[in-house]
Amino acid sequence: MTKMPDHAVQQPSTRTRDEALEKVPATPARAVPVTPPARPGRRVRRRGERAPLASVGLHLGLALATAVAVLPPLWLLVTSFKPKHEAFTLDPVKDFTLDNYTHVLGATEFVTWFGNSVFVVVLTVVLGVFISSTTGYALSRFRFPGMRPLLWTLLVTQMFPMAVLIVPLYNLMARMGLLNQPVGLVITYLTIAVPFCAWMMKGFFDTIPISIDESGRVDGLTPFGTFWRLIMPLAKPGLAVTGFYSFVTAWAEVAYASAFMTGEDKLTLARGLQTFVNQYTQDWGSMTAAAVLIAVPAALVFGFAQRYLISGMTAGAVKS
Amino acid sequence: MAVETGRPAQPAASGGPTARGRGRGADVRKPARARRVLSTHWYAWAMIAPVVLVLGVIIGFPLLRGVYLSLTNADERNVGRTIGARTLEPTYEFVGLDNYVEVLTGDVFWGRLAWTVVWTVACVSLTFLIGLALANMLNRAVRGRTLYRIALILPWGIPAFVSVFAWRLLFAGDGMFNAVLTGGGIEGVDWLEHPTWAKLAVITVNIWIGVPFMLVATLGALQSVPGELYEAAEMDGAGPWQRFRNITVPGIRSVSATVILLSTIWTFNMFPVIFLLTGGGPYGSSEILVTEAFNLAFVRSPRDFATSATWGVLILLLLVAFAVLYRRSLRKQGEVW
Repeated sequence: MTKMPDHAVQQPSTRTRDEALEKVPATPARAVPVTPPARPGRRVRRRGERAPLASVGLHLGLALATAVAVLPPLWLLVTSFKPKHEAFTLDPVKDFTLDNYTHVLGATEFVTWFGNSVFVVVLTVVLGVFISSTTGYALSRFRFPGMRPLLWTLLVTQMFPMAVLIVPLYNLMARMGLLNQPVGLVITYLTIAVPFCAWMMKGFFDTIPISIDESGRVDGLTPFGTFWRLIMPLAKPGLAVTGFYSFVTAWAEVAYASAFMTGEDKLTLARGLQTFVNQYTQDWGSMTAAAVLIAVPAALVFGFAQRYLISGMTAGAVKS
Repeated sequence: MAVETGRPAQPAASGGPTARGRGRGADVRKPARARRVLSTHWYAWAMIAPVVLVLGVIIGFPLLRGVYLSLTNADERNVGRTIGARTLEPTYEFVGLDNYVEVLTGDVFWGRLAWTVVWTVACVSLTFLIGLALANMLNRAVRGRTLYRIALILPWGIPAFVSVFAWRLLFAGDGMFNAVLTGGGIEGVDWLEHPTWAKLAVITVNIWIGVPFMLVATLGALQSVPGELYEAAEMDGAGPWQRFRNITVPGIRSVSATVILLSTIWTFNMFPVIFLLTGGGPYGSSEILVTEAFNLAFVRSPRDFATSATWGVLILLLLVAFAVLYRRSLRKQGEVW
């Protein structure tokens, strides 16, 4: 991202233009069209330079947006360090305490929920990426009968609302006794992860030059050999990012987790956090501490993966 | 970039190498068509087999079952389930299109649909505009750009349900917003208890969650517009607005089209924000279609699976119709997508 051209990079070319205008005695024919904008008494600004007022406005706008973006999580963090009875005071932390954290970690099922979430999400991601990668490759490299319908199916299933699958899946899980079992949630999350991973992997394989495949094939590798020995190693960053993105998505899933999981020790984090603040209890202190503990790993994973996410998503989506 | 160059080469990659692999004279001889198709494509089919299987078993089958359930009177009392060692057999019956008639002739569905459309349009348009404006600001040489960028995409990095609880902390009756209001001498507002304020609150939170994605997407698009175009336009005397209108807008069109489509679908289906912030209340005023479908089956008592499935099918039809129309309009404008 940072390597992309911005105005600072472009300045040299404009500078030569300005200098040419100032120093080189221009022929009248060239000077005539340029003189009107340069009014007397006003310094000509170079390209990419701003008026001071514009700079102030820019910084004000960005600072305001930053404040809005940071305030809620920051306040959550601040509140988590306050004693319970001061949760709603406006002051920054007056009596710093870790009580909320010790309470959440020691006296609630939080650690179990965390384990459940990790179990469900890791299994989902590993299975999802593993199943999807070959499909992504086939869709990226080959034209075969059934390719367009498959692409369409993947795209359409990605926009499936959970509302259309949740009832039949609930009933199926109930029939198979998989309700309230983390494994049931894994199967459910695969309905989200598989179309998504296949789609994203296709986008990543698209960025690997096809000449690599061709050279492998010329040297006698089978299509599977090409895929496994040449392309998969090159696609490792893509695999990682697809995995991380599904991780973040599944980590934050609420609807299925709320509907399928009921036992206190079977909840995932998305469901567990709801138990602190609801119509019966209002334990804001524990909620904030738990929320911070949930958000930090997710934010770290996200921070690591984010720079690749958007290129993968839009590349895959635009270039279908 | 590599994507585009890879595309035209594909036919050669699918057909050619196999023929070469079969021996020197393969492309001279002409095998029977069916055999050729199979020998050319079998590995492609083998590679997609696992996903096709998964799609069929855990998406296709439940989907069909959902459609079937929407044609029955299944509810909490008559569906089959396993309790311990006992298995109860389902006793619900096929009732034809009764559910659809009931849903489509009542006011609830149309009321929720109207609010869902308002919610989607408001969220997507505002999110996109704010994201584009911020991207434009960040796409300049500005001091502290990296810091601004990190701070602005922070909301994306936090799981949505955590963000919603963070906002609940601010919106709460004695939360920060009301404390500030009363501090300024204005009476506090029951943000989540009043229909209009609740609607504004859910839209605000959803925009807050959605802006970073738009920001990053449009920023990437803005940076991919070649700088020479702006230079050339400036030489020709184009002002800032003309440059934006005639260079930036066409330059970011295809990315914008994609992110708007994605964002529309996500917002339409946005469950956690509404479910966790207001629970659809007060009195269902902030309930969108997906939360209503969820509530029908899992929150309200007795659980009404058939009606919920009916809502689910209707929601899916709406989304498919939207995607098809959107794609067609893009095609008319000459987009390749």
